[in-house]
Amino acid sequence: MLDGKPPGERIPILKMGEFLLVTIQVEMHDRLVMTLQDELTYQIVQHRARGVLIDISALEIVDSFIGRALGNIASMARILDAETVVVGMRPAVAITLVELGLSLEGVRTALNAEKGMALIRRRLGRTGELDGAGS
Amino acid sequence: MAPAPEETIGIHSDEDVVRVRQATRQWAVALGFSLVDQTKIVTAASELARNTLIHGGGGTTRLEELTDGGRRGLRLTFEDKGPGIADVSQALRDGYTSGSGLGLGLGGARRLSSTFDITSAPGQGTRVCITRWK
Repeated sequence: MLDGKPPGERIPILKMGEFLLVTIQVEMHDRLVMTLQDELTYQIVQHRARGVLIDISALEIVDSFIGRALGNIASMARILDAETVVVGMRPAVAITLVELGLSLEGVRTALNAEKGMALIRRRLGRTGELDGAGS
Repeated sequence: MAPAPEETIGIHSDEDVVRVRQATRQWAVALGFSLVDQTKIVTAASELARNTLIHGGGGTTRLEELTDGGRRGLRLTFEDKGPGIADVSQALRDGYTSGSGLGLGLGGARRLSSTFDITSAPGQGTRVCITRWK
């Protein structure tokens, strides 16, 4: 099924060590959200990933559909023994989410990618690892 | 008096839901909405456009500029000719869902809007009209 999709119809998932990194940079229609959810779950198993970082700093809105998908991803990752953190939510998006009635329960969040990675590593007891790469 | 500017967008696919979001954003920016107000009306539009597509089997969105004295606002009207809603108050309740969603679509859109009107009956489709004032 995926082979028949035109370019740009998938969100790239980058593998970095035991982590999967996703940066959402396109407008998310519902089918794309579902594809991301399925592919992430599949790749967690395929790569034996222990952490998933999803950067939503480019997302101008998070509605109930996208919010539910983020929750599903976090739940499925947890069952597959991986930690998920969503980073970079815009303040206006956070304000709107609360008013919408969506609390993203069960989804860990961090202000930015750096803090998000630190959070995942702490949860996995991996303090210090990979830090040498940036220095 | 010049007719109020308006735009109508057909909703027949996921991409059309995105189109409604983008148009709503453009209108909200043109009307000088704050970033938070833009985000609220675009999110409400996304919820209602999805309802029109999934529950209504497709339909239309009309965007209109409103003026009331010195105030400016944006009105969005979503219409479909789908099966309609038998119990509107139940459909508005948080957590009530007829499908696989969270049941936040209608109630959430109402909270994100300044005014919210819904007209629906079984077999007669659904019409939801929201406004957000600047």
